[in-house]
Amino acid sequence: MELWFTEDHTSGVRFSIKIKEHLVSEQSEFQKIDILDSFDFGRILVLDGYLMLTEKDEKIYHEMITHVPLSVNPNIKRVLVIGAGDGGTIRELCRFKNVEHIDMVEIDRRVVELCKEYLPQTTCSLGDPRVHIHYEDGLKFVRGAENEYDLIIVDSTDPFGPGEGLFTKEFYGNCYKALKDDGIMVNQHESTFYDEYAQIMKRAHSRIKSFFPTALVYQAHIPTYPSGHWLFGFASKKYHPVDDFNAEWWLSQGLKTYYYNRFVHTGCFALPQNVRDVLRETNGANL
Amino acid sequence: MLSPRKAVWLLKLDQTRAPLYEAMTEHRLNRVVPFDVPGHKGGRADAALTDFLGRDCLKNDVNSMKPLDNLCHPVSVIKEAQELCADAFGAEHSFFIVNGATGAVQAMIMSVCKAGEKIILPRNVHRSAINALVVCGAVPVYVNPGENKQLGIPLGMTPEDVERAIIENPDAKAVLVNNPTYYGICSDLKKIVDIAHKHGLMALCDEAHGTHFYFGSELPPSGMSCGADMCAVSVHKTGGSLTQSAVLLMGKNVDSDYVRQIINLTQTTSASYLLMVSLDLARRNLAQNGAEFYEKTVKFSEYARSEINNLGGYYAFGGELCNGADFCAFDKTKLSVHTRAIGLAGIEVYDLLRDEYGIQIEFGDIGNILAIITGGDRALEIERLLGALSEIKRIYGKSPTGLFDHEYINPIVVTTPQQAFYAEQDTMPIEQTAGRVCSEFVMCYPPGIPILAPGERITDDILDYIRFAKEKGCSVTGSRDMNVEYLQVVK
Repeated sequence: MELWFTEDHTSGVRFSIKIKEHLVSEQSEFQKIDILDSFDFGRILVLDGYLMLTEKDEKIYHEMITHVPLSVNPNIKRVLVIGAGDGGTIRELCRFKNVEHIDMVEIDRRVVELCKEYLPQTTCSLGDPRVHIHYEDGLKFVRGAENEYDLIIVDSTDPFGPGEGLFTKEFYGNCYKALKDDGIMVNQHESTFYDEYAQIMKRAHSRIKSFFPTALVYQAHIPTYPSGHWLFGFASKKYHPVDDFNAEWWLSQGLKTYYYNRFVHTGCFALPQNVRDVLRETNGANL
Repeated sequence: MLSPRKAVWLLKLDQTRAPLYEAMTEHRLNRVVPFDVPGHKGGRADAALTDFLGRDCLKNDVNSMKPLDNLCHPVSVIKEAQELCADAFGAEHSFFIVNGATGAVQAMIMSVCKAGEKIILPRNVHRSAINALVVCGAVPVYVNPGENKQLGIPLGMTPEDVERAIIENPDAKAVLVNNPTYYGICSDLKKIVDIAHKHGLMALCDEAHGTHFYFGSELPPSGMSCGADMCAVSVHKTGGSLTQSAVLLMGKNVDSDYVRQIINLTQTTSASYLLMVSLDLARRNLAQNGAEFYEKTVKFSEYARSEINNLGGYYAFGGELCNGADFCAFDKTKLSVHTRAIGLAGIEVYDLLRDEYGIQIEFGDIGNILAIITGGDRALEIERLLGALSEIKRIYGKSPTGLFDHEYINPIVVTTPQQAFYAEQDTMPIEQTAGRVCSEFVMCYPPGIPILAPGERITDDILDYIRFAKEKGCSVTGSRDMNVEYLQVVK
């Protein structure tokens, strides 16, 4: 007998991974949570049928969503992370000594509890004393904050289901308000290859641009995400991610990484033409 | 004034049944060949329509026939469905209405008043009530509702004012009460019903916004539970049936066969089975799950109210304004928010929410917005509304100077709505009409409460109000001139 996990990347494209064992299947108050063990990708977290991470390639995503902003402003001390129940983003943040305080806001306590049990690779730093976990709605949390954070990381699921409030104009506006004058916001920004995702990506990008003077997009190659080509947003009230990149400082931290390095940092903002074309429709970033 | 769980009446019938739904299901399974209307023949005429609405929807869009009964003369499954509905709402009889609560309100009024007969009602009624007066020729005796000056909204009627109106008009036939108003404000309904009955008048309730009063706990009392004779209930608004479906409830002092004749004067003879079956299913659902659904509704709404009040500037009002007189109980499911202190008219906040944040609320008027909350909402969407309101205050908020500060102007009634509507008329530029008697309606829609009704004197105050409402982007409706630049006035 063979067991396969399959995700529909579009109605006509499927992505499958051969599964060793189905470890967890649980319906929480917010979503269906599955954790699987696979032959080629290690353990896999799936929410509402959508693949969130695999042990094999999660570092690409988690390094890119953290090291890029942190190496632009070495003075980042207070960080707000929205989502991130799997702990991977927190693990990377905790590697930086300058980070003093991390508020992690995850709506679904069960995601954290199950990940702690089955995905120690990503949850290993959730017990760090700098980490403060809040189980509540991200939009609600950020609504109550003003001029508090140096960095906000929006580590959201897709813009349907529990994460949909995190792609809205009211959310980005509230993030702007919660950031200090030199604050940076980085967000999971979907992808442009498939039309359905491209629309969401464009809309999110225009909304972010309406608040932040600098709003750019960068990329990474993540084999298990639809199209394998994934985007992140970098928005700031003050910093430019390439012009203000502090490579020496990052090197001086001596961090061993899997994907991110100083060449990737500048290179990831060089977008392929098809992405530039889509962004140009929103009056272009990186152009 | 709050009653606990509303099943103070004992359900006599099996509320798990849904006779019309069951009959329609059986009819489909029988695969009857349709050589009757509708001509789309189960969705085979226009593929685009069928794709859009779904094949099941078109297959269920059927016409009256013996096994499916007939709304104009119900003898079988519709009759049973209506009996179950009456049972669930604690009424003696009920009729399904496919023309909204508008149809139900008109049927109520026309059942108790003939031409020239008087009806006592608050002026802040929905246009459907005054429309009924235009059609049947009844004469309104308005009781001016109380007003909250700070919010600029009309409240309910005091029992004392109602009794005074009855004593001054001993020939009046009925009293009509909003239960609740659009903003969720209730009069002392039980006292008003008792006063009406003491003087031999019928007591009618416009419960377009009150379906949930029959099923939720901790909500103001329903019309039927207060002994009202007839209630018009928009089940579609907060009860879950399809848009345009409503029910008319009747107590034991009402001749329901006469009311049916009145309904048949104006209601279609091709009542939509989609609307009717949605009433049958909504009633079944409310009877079984309504208490839980509205408990969730109140929880959402109370949470949103307290969070909005924490934002500052906005005032989401609630039960704290109850005064035992013209504001006797508050419908906690309503989320009414006064916006004036952030320097924006309600209609401006309403437009920003939709245009900038993709959030559609029920209405915005000069000083307030209203969001309809039900158990069908999701917590994350409530957070979106709160997040957007917080952003609107941060980005667009300003000083409130220059904003119009009142919402309700007492009317000067010169003649009856019917006389004015059918009178010889002049068409005049609106700014020149002060002092004349209006022969048509002018209102913002929603909420649909007339600023001017036929037969009322036009004043400078009213013209200022209309100008301001138009300027701020309210949808001003009712007049013959679509742009409301000219008004019809009595010659």
